[in-house]
Amino acid sequence: MNPVLDKHRVKTVVRPEMRFQEQVYLIEVWKGLLITSRHFFVNLWRHCMKALGQDAAAASVTTQYPEDPQVTAHRSRTRHRLLKREDGTPRCVACMLCETVCPAKCIYIKAEESPDVMIEKRAKTFKIDLGMCVFCGYCVEACPEDAIRMDTQYIQFPGSTRADLIWDMPELMGDRPKIPSLTPSKDPLSRP
Amino acid sequence: MSCCVTPPAWQGWLWSGALIFAAVNFGLGVAAFLSWVERKQSALLQDRIGANRAEIFGFRALGLFHIFSDAIKMLTKEDFAPPAGLRPWHSLAPIVSMGCAALCLAALPFGDSVEFLGRSWSLTPLPLEYGVVFVLALLSIGVHGVVMAGRSSGSNYGLLGGLRGAAQMISYEVAMLAILAAPLYIYGTLDLSEIARWQARTWHGIPMWGIFLQPLAFILFMTAGAAETKRAPFDLPEGEAEIVGYFVEYSGMKFGMFLTTDFIESIVLAGMATTLFLGGWHVPGLSALGLPSLVAALLGVGAFILKVMTVLWVLMQVRWTLPRFRFDQLLDLGWKNILPLALANLLVTVWAAALLS
Repeated sequence: MNPVLDKHRVKTVVRPEMRFQEQVYLIEVWKGLLITSRHFFVNLWRHCMKALGQDAAAASVTTQYPEDPQVTAHRSRTRHRLLKREDGTPRCVACMLCETVCPAKCIYIKAEESPDVMIEKRAKTFKIDLGMCVFCGYCVEACPEDAIRMDTQYIQFPGSTRADLIWDMPELMGDRPKIPSLTPSKDPLSRP
Repeated sequence: MSCCVTPPAWQGWLWSGALIFAAVNFGLGVAAFLSWVERKQSALLQDRIGANRAEIFGFRALGLFHIFSDAIKMLTKEDFAPPAGLRPWHSLAPIVSMGCAALCLAALPFGDSVEFLGRSWSLTPLPLEYGVVFVLALLSIGVHGVVMAGRSSGSNYGLLGGLRGAAQMISYEVAMLAILAAPLYIYGTLDLSEIARWQARTWHGIPMWGIFLQPLAFILFMTAGAAETKRAPFDLPEGEAEIVGYFVEYSGMKFGMFLTTDFIESIVLAGMATTLFLGGWHVPGLSALGLPSLVAALLGVGAFILKVMTVLWVLMQVRWTLPRFRFDQLLDLGWKNILPLALANLLVTVWAAALLS
């Protein structure tokens, strides 16, 4: 052992010596072939059983995406939504914490005075540029009012222009559907 | 051919020509089919589904139509030749590569001789007395296609790929000859159909196939064959994705020809393995049934093709099981392991044959 290395607590990983059986390699090849052949025949059997209408385990992990819906985990961070109070007004108080914490700087809030004196401020516009969003979920964590969540399980937002990827407040609250424009912009790189 | 009455010259030429045409087309067809097998087999053993999107009138046929879409794609792509390269040689390389591989198919014995119209017709397209040498020679001429492609591309990566290919194929040719020396010593002939006929013998009911007489030679032959035909885990000359290979400057159907060459060479390898080690067209116990010559010959052709397909399946399985060798490991395996083992095998074979006789 090297005393200098020991002093600095460097961990040396010793490569395992190959045994004779592994050096010959043919036995290892045979073992590998057994594994791949097992997969081959088991999957082939399952495919055949499925083709015959029998109930069989899934033969592949592939999701046939456009035909089958995408599978998202229950806790996965998906498209944002803005929540409402019980009286139907937005919960957002335009405190700007989410806009401040956003690492992608994709949240644009304009504040205005709220008619309710107990609330003081509310959002006049609340836009999220989903084209820039990195889906980190910091906005959800930062929000003191539980006004924004990322639990819609919705990950498809196609658009022809960059403006199509910017969702406004009514769209994020579910009051208005987001309808992407059908005509692509002349300059795809133009900022809206 | 000692066993049969030779047909008149022009009939023989016609018959031979037709068979060569059929054999080459068989090879091309199987090569196209292999592109589908490769995709689906790798998908199955990796728990995937594999290419299944090409469809004609709503039919997908397990992705078989991808063969056609691949061909259409390759034929309609731009045929780009690098300006720094050597144009005529650049075009000649895939022709040499694929032509040599396809010609090898003509020497394979697809079946026994057929008694027909009062004559004996050989089912070997090119019934040569030196078939083994013919196939090995053509496979080694195929190296020229690889080197030519690398040199004429005007690209250093292509040139290095070609050099890797040349080094690998020449090394393994030496090994290949040393390996084949032992079984050929037992068979006592270089004629591929005679070799297949020799294996019809039985020893206490066990067919005397090459794989039982020379198991070590069989394993070495498959290894060296995979290396000589540049199949994984020895596909260092190509290395499409990682270490750029000799056909880096090729596009369209010329690139497709190199790919097809690989598949055809695999078929040749499988055919040689079948002929030399797996008894060729023989089915154990079939001759005892006393079938008419024509039926027996057709069954034999079916058995030969089935054996070839099985060997191809094993080759694919190995390809998708093993990681690629490093180049020094590859050359070490060829020169330091396979060649001495093959020579030892030859010595033991000769010694055993001398003791037994």
